[in-house]
Amino acid sequence: MDNIVIIGNGVAGISAARHIRKLSDKRIIVISAETDFFFSRTALMYVYMGHMKFEHIQPYENWFWEKNRIELVRGYVTQVDTETKQLQMDGSRAIQYDKLIIATGSKPNKFGWPGQDLHGVQGLYSKQDLDLLEVNAPNKEVCKRAVIVGGGLIGIEMAEMLRSRDIPVTFLVREESFWNGVLPDGESAMINEHILEHHIDLRLGNNLKEIVADENGKVKSVIITETGEELPCDVVGLTAGVTPNVNFLKDSGIELGRGVKVNRYLETNVNDVYAIGDCAEQHEAIGNRRPIEAVWYTGRMMGETVAQTICGNRIEYKPGHWFNSAKFLDIEYQTYGWVFSNKGKKEYEAHFHWRHSEEKICITVAFHKDTNQFLGLNTFGIRMRHEVFDRWLTEERDVDYVMEHLADANFDPEFFKKYETEIVSKFNSDLGKSINPKKKSLKRIFQTA
Amino acid sequence: MSTYDKSMALTGQPPKILSRNQKMATLLGMFGLAIVLLAAFNVSFPNKGLWLTISLLSITLGTIWFSWDAYSQKLPGIKNDGVWFKSISSKGFWGWIAGIALTGFYIILYFYPEYLGLVKGGENKGVIALFDPLSKILSGNAASQWFVYGTLYTVAIFAFGIKFIWKYRHNRYERLRTISVMFFQTAFAFIIPELMARLNGDKILNGGSLPYYDLKNVWPLNYYNFEGYRIKAFLSSGDIGLALLIFGILSVFVITPILTYKYGKRWYCSWVCGCGGLAETAGDSFRHLSDKTVKAWNVERWVVHSVVVFVTLMTTAVIYSYLGTDTSKYWLTKSSFLIGVTVLLTLVFGWVMLFKRQQLQKDAQYGAIGYFVIIMALIGMHFFSGDGNVFLFKSETLRKSYSFLIGSIFSGVIGTGFYPIFGNRVWCRFGCPMAAIMGFQQRLFSRFRITTNGGQCISCGNCSTYCEMGIDVRAYAQKGENIVRSSCVGCGICSAVCPRGVLKLENGPLENRIDSNQVLLGNDVDLMQLVNQK
Repeated sequence: MDNIVIIGNGVAGISAARHIRKLSDKRIIVISAETDFFFSRTALMYVYMGHMKFEHIQPYENWFWEKNRIELVRGYVTQVDTETKQLQMDGSRAIQYDKLIIATGSKPNKFGWPGQDLHGVQGLYSKQDLDLLEVNAPNKEVCKRAVIVGGGLIGIEMAEMLRSRDIPVTFLVREESFWNGVLPDGESAMINEHILEHHIDLRLGNNLKEIVADENGKVKSVIITETGEELPCDVVGLTAGVTPNVNFLKDSGIELGRGVKVNRYLETNVNDVYAIGDCAEQHEAIGNRRPIEAVWYTGRMMGETVAQTICGNRIEYKPGHWFNSAKFLDIEYQTYGWVFSNKGKKEYEAHFHWRHSEEKICITVAFHKDTNQFLGLNTFGIRMRHEVFDRWLTEERDVDYVMEHLADANFDPEFFKKYETEIVSKFNSDLGKSINPKKKSLKRIFQTA
Repeated sequence: MSTYDKSMALTGQPPKILSRNQKMATLLGMFGLAIVLLAAFNVSFPNKGLWLTISLLSITLGTIWFSWDAYSQKLPGIKNDGVWFKSISSKGFWGWIAGIALTGFYIILYFYPEYLGLVKGGENKGVIALFDPLSKILSGNAASQWFVYGTLYTVAIFAFGIKFIWKYRHNRYERLRTISVMFFQTAFAFIIPELMARLNGDKILNGGSLPYYDLKNVWPLNYYNFEGYRIKAFLSSGDIGLALLIFGILSVFVITPILTYKYGKRWYCSWVCGCGGLAETAGDSFRHLSDKTVKAWNVERWVVHSVVVFVTLMTTAVIYSYLGTDTSKYWLTKSSFLIGVTVLLTLVFGWVMLFKRQQLQKDAQYGAIGYFVIIMALIGMHFFSGDGNVFLFKSETLRKSYSFLIGSIFSGVIGTGFYPIFGNRVWCRFGCPMAAIMGFQQRLFSRFRITTNGGQCISCGNCSTYCEMGIDVRAYAQKGENIVRSSCVGCGICSAVCPRGVLKLENGPLENRIDSNQVLLGNDVDLMQLVNQK
């Protein structure tokens, strides 16, 4: 019987374990240095905010693992010997494997800032980071101000967390507008406004020069490159992206780039060693995707894929239409297909943007300049139906069709205000069209005859 | 597991203290309650009408002031910050104090109303006397302990309803639903029955008098609706009485099934029902305390369905006991009634087993068969053992034990008294036979479902945590499955708290409503087919 060892109990590793168990009777061992049980990393913020206790962000009850014969081992893998197919843990115990899945996720980026390892300076990725934040910033008396460096998803989440305890937050964003490497300008501008509404001191186009220590080696202040201003603070959050967590593989013979190099089958250069999730790096990017995708959903998909391969049905990792979602303070964001920022926009890509006159609601639709084909949609403050957009992308519908049937895609709760008429009338006037929005049809949505 | 608890002891606490406004608001509310409490200790207030008004106003305004301070300065959005840090909402000291106080109140209310000032055959004293003026305005009669309870209940739904609307002001579903429960409580449960009492003895009722009837209460929630004294009262009250009786029967067999088919049981449980109304408003701060384990789910299914069997037996026995045997006097006799019940139950059971069996889990099938056999055996035994008691028990004993165990202990003392400990829907989840019957239909024959939005779930757990019915919503959502659970009351909070827009309560075609396929969109289509191979 095969002995499957998975390093990492995040969503990628656990999805792989669950699906291997569904398909086979192989022995499954999951090793984690972080926690005893799988938890939802994306939900760590809610524990600090008091929405949930840590036990609530564990998707399975504790008996689940034994019942499904998934053996959980707590420990840190220091070395992988691919010759003898053996792992060293914490320098002492060794574990044998027949097949190894590396799913070790990421770690926060540190770009060599002076003072980046001081007490009170931290990222926000792991359970340990959460525990540390609870020590560094339990309340506004202990933490009189926090400075967050890096304007991405984790940065804004960390700002929201700290604000939930009334801690003053300064948010240093390198770009001229929040997350505008990903979001088109109109959307990015709307989020800027929303950040300010939440009384977060947003500093756009500001970089961190250095972090200054007090006499105890604890952070005292930060200095901003552009203005030279020194901001006193008790906590510095480093949230400038993440890097694959693969240092322990350096001498293993497994090919590394920034992450663990894998082919489309998620196989590494070494037999019987696979890598999935945040730490896997495709030799060549798939479609418009990045070679390393540090996203919840792709981690899960890779886990499901590698489980098939390991259980004797070797298949490629072939993700479908891109989708993602996030929440910026109170604004929900979903995206289906590809909508690029003004920086990353393809030469064939045209955008239609609509924003509500008062509320923080907007959408951006991307379509092909020449063929009119619908390419993707970003939506803020309106929930959209994944199934419908996935279908439209597969059917390669044109943007007029999407506009005409936009009501079918609405996924907001019942009785919510609808905006399709407004959106389509702006679309018509922007592009000189005369589309009549159709009423929502259950038949079309649920594809019933 | 959680190490942050330790660190808190070292360095302090996250913000969970009340602001100055909130403290003053609490004081005002407590002042209103203190008047009631003083009255309970027989402090006689000179101008009862005035003091009652002051008391009820203080409670209401205190609650509204508190919510204003909590929510009005904040942007619209989810307001769950610090829920698990506050002692009242995380089974801490104040949670237990509130639980004990509420439980104590219910015990006195149900079993020792004399401590509230009820005097048999005399002038009311104490709290009840304080409420006399209001009762006289409405019904013309002196107050009872039930009038006191009904008034406080309505005030609670009203004041905390405003709090809830404020808290969820960005969510129109929640707003409308709350306005609806506030309306039904105030009009149907509180004012209309009191006004109806004014008609008693009137000409339009042919001089009869109607039983106290909250029109939105449907059997088996108002398990007593078909008891002998009520039927007599209905029948002696002319056309209006007869109409109400017919309405009572229609609401069980026609109105409820149709509405539940179209909208799921939420049309009742979270839009109309008084128990639900209190749970959703005053109980909202405790919704996350419900037990989400599979074990609790198993207990729930056995307990709540046993209550259904119990109430069916009890009602059958009670109706049986006052029916005659002579067909020439009245078409409905003891025997024809029992045969009718048997036929109805057999039809329902047969339909489920023939057409819907595959939608029930194995243990649910066994349960259904078991219960069916028990009822049939008892009815059969009756026919073979001749006259006397029905089902081996005295109907009166059955009725009394039901009203004691289920009507008082379960729905009141445990159901509401334990809000701060077990969550706000204990009664609705474990005890309410009406919820169970509608749930049965919701699971098997309704257009309602909670749709999971493709592959967008990030397993964060907000939905499961804030589900007051203890449904592990996430378990379905993270697999891309729709949520079609009999216990779901459709409060919509899972959808509201979801940070990724994954859940939507909606009514749609029955076809593919329960979809056990793991359809996680965004995935490779071929892979999905493989994953779904069983």
